[in-house]
Amino acid sequence: MSTDAKPAKKQKLSVPFDYSKYLRKDKLPHIWCPGCGHGIILKALLRAVDKVGLEKDDICMVSGIGCSSRTPGYVDFNTLHTLHGRAPSFATGIKLTNPELNVIVTTGDGDALAIGGNHFIHTCRRNIDMTILVYSNAIYGMTGGQFSPTTPIGSFTHTSSYGAMEPPFDTCEMAKAAGATFVARATSYHVQDLEKTLKAAIEHKGTSVVEILDECPVYFGRLNKMRSASQMMEKIEKEGTVSVKQAENLSPEEIGGRLLRGILHHDTETAEYCDQYAALTERAQGK
Amino acid sequence: MADNTASKTKNSALTGNSAMALAMKQIDPDVCAVYPITPSTTVIEEFSSYVADGAVETEFVTVESEHSAMSACIGASAAGGRAMTATSSQGLALMWEMLYIASGMRLPIIMTTVNRALAAPINIHCDHSDSMGARDSGWIQLYSETVQEAYDNLFQAVKIAEDERVLLPVMVCLDGFITSHAIEVLSLITDDEAKDFVGDYTAKHPLLDTDNPASMGALALPDTYMDFKHVQSDAIAASKEVVIEVGKEFGKRFGREYGLIDTYQLEDADVAIVILNSAAGTTRVAIDELRAKGLKVGLLKPRLFRPFPHAEMVEALKGVKAVCVLDRADSFSGFGGPLFNEVRSALYDMEDRPKIMGRIYGLGGKDYTTENAVAIYEALFDVVKTGKIDTLNDYMGS
Ligand SMILES: Cc1ncc(C[n+]2csc(CCOP(=O)(O)OP(=O)(O)O)c2C)c(N)n1
Ligand code: SF4
Repeated sequence: MSTDAKPAKKQKLSVPFDYSKYLRKDKLPHIWCPGCGHGIILKALLRAVDKVGLEKDDICMVSGIGCSSRTPGYVDFNTLHTLHGRAPSFATGIKLTNPELNVIVTTGDGDALAIGGNHFIHTCRRNIDMTILVYSNAIYGMTGGQFSPTTPIGSFTHTSSYGAMEPPFDTCEMAKAAGATFVARATSYHVQDLEKTLKAAIEHKGTSVVEILDECPVYFGRLNKMRSASQMMEKIEKEGTVSVKQAENLSPEEIGGRLLRGILHHDTETAEYCDQYAALTERAQGK
Repeated sequence: MADNTASKTKNSALTGNSAMALAMKQIDPDVCAVYPITPSTTVIEEFSSYVADGAVETEFVTVESEHSAMSACIGASAAGGRAMTATSSQGLALMWEMLYIASGMRLPIIMTTVNRALAAPINIHCDHSDSMGARDSGWIQLYSETVQEAYDNLFQAVKIAEDERVLLPVMVCLDGFITSHAIEVLSLITDDEAKDFVGDYTAKHPLLDTDNPASMGALALPDTYMDFKHVQSDAIAASKEVVIEVGKEFGKRFGREYGLIDTYQLEDADVAIVILNSAAGTTRVAIDELRAKGLKVGLLKPRLFRPFPHAEMVEALKGVKAVCVLDRADSFSGFGGPLFNEVRSALYDMEDRPKIMGRIYGLGGKDYTTENAVAIYEALFDVVKTGKIDTLNDYMGS
């Protein structure tokens, strides 16, 4: 490479982001398969945390069980790896005990919406300040490719040999309906948007839910005849979504079956749970 | 094990989980409600292929958690169907509430439990904390040393559970990875033999029999609740006889007879190890080594843990001078591990009872080696020599 031969004057030097300061290097390499979207989400999250300017020790990252839930193992924050589906409840306990902490939950579509569906909706309902990242790959990756509550009808998994029959959840609609005050959808394909969305989610006070469409090439891809991770990203994440901004100028017919991407709901009025709790305590104590 | 000429069996090399899936296929339950968890997942994954291929009539439901899986099995069983599932570890833990419902309603549900440690810390490997935690839930528990035993136990479990004298759920336990994922040559029974052995199930009081409406799980206050429990307790105690009968019949048909306990070189043994599941196999190897040197060492392996075969234990350990009970689960500051606790109580009324000590081994998949077993036997000979046990209960190898 002969870059140094070029005149230096107008060149914009982009300093590569130093992820290492946020990572537990002794825990690497990670367990994720080649092409798995989970690593892209981790990197975007670290950049977002950096942009928000949070101190590592002021963050507590909580997860359930699954490939996605392995994320906290790799980050040098306070971390808690819990039980399948229960992360939001553990996180609620943490936040109530120490409302100063920035609580981030990383979970999978199976973890958050199947076994943990109840905890998920009740956490949203309380609007307690935390950021929940749902890594949505439409399958149970860790246990070997069974269908999940976000698997599209007709998709093949190890438990839907003739195509999935059950209608999937719309994660974002559900979060919004349950009471989350920040709801967004992002993808691991649109990485810059992902980073921005995660930053906004962390900065929001209240329950923030970001559904991130990503890919499990090993199970979902292989069983649905998508040959590579990049093909999955193109098909599901790029062609399967449309940004909220673009959608403004499109008719419902033009949007078709595509999912909206971007911030879908942002309510800054509704009171946050810890604040409400503190106010109630004061009132009860007659202060 | 005895020869199997009595049946038209064929030999096959299968993992423990494949053998369990095959047994489920041969049993062809009416309903199977499941949620995946390592290391039991492949039992269900393979069974789901039989469903997809139309090899069984089973209604197969992949629900959203083990809580729902056991609930659906309970619904199916109460409605009169034959219901089965499989799980491990946290999955079994999440079924807790329902385990008691299943046994309290006297529903003959069959579950494969692939033994795995409980979190925290997270661990996917074998120990018996999961099924031992369920030991007071009113389920009959059969333990399996090998793939062959696990496979054979599942058929017997159906027959035991559905016997009118029993009507209780049964779990068949096998060691996670060690047995579930190891390939072993075993002898299979044919589909027809399996069907004929387990027979058809006709529930006596199914909820779907609208001509004879039934009510299950109704409120029972202090005037009746205890009576229900008394009857339930008598039923599980009496199931011992049925386990023996079914084990004999299995032996008659297929050449492999099963009792409540299994022993190896115990008749003239001075010292003995009591241990469950796959580790019994390791212990047998150590016994062969020591017997070759003229040392009288033996093994007692309970097959049935609930109901616990107290009398058979006492009988089998007569004449033994020192015993070590090895537990693959702790009861955290109980009086030793769960198996130790039972065995020691069983021996209390025995005249000339052996000295008895307990060791916790193999938690979270920690290896149990022949050297470990040999060291235990050596320690037991010391006990015999000195008449004293240094440490009654301890952790081994950590
Ligand atoms: C109570 C309980 N049941 C089952 C499991 C097994 N299990 C571990 S991860 C997982 C599914 C994970 O899927 P998802 O949340 O979508 O995450 P992914 O692996 O796809 O990232 C399951 C069923 C468990 N750990 N605990
Ligand atoms: S199994 Fe799927 S979700 Fe899990 S690490 Fe591999 S690609 Fe990712």
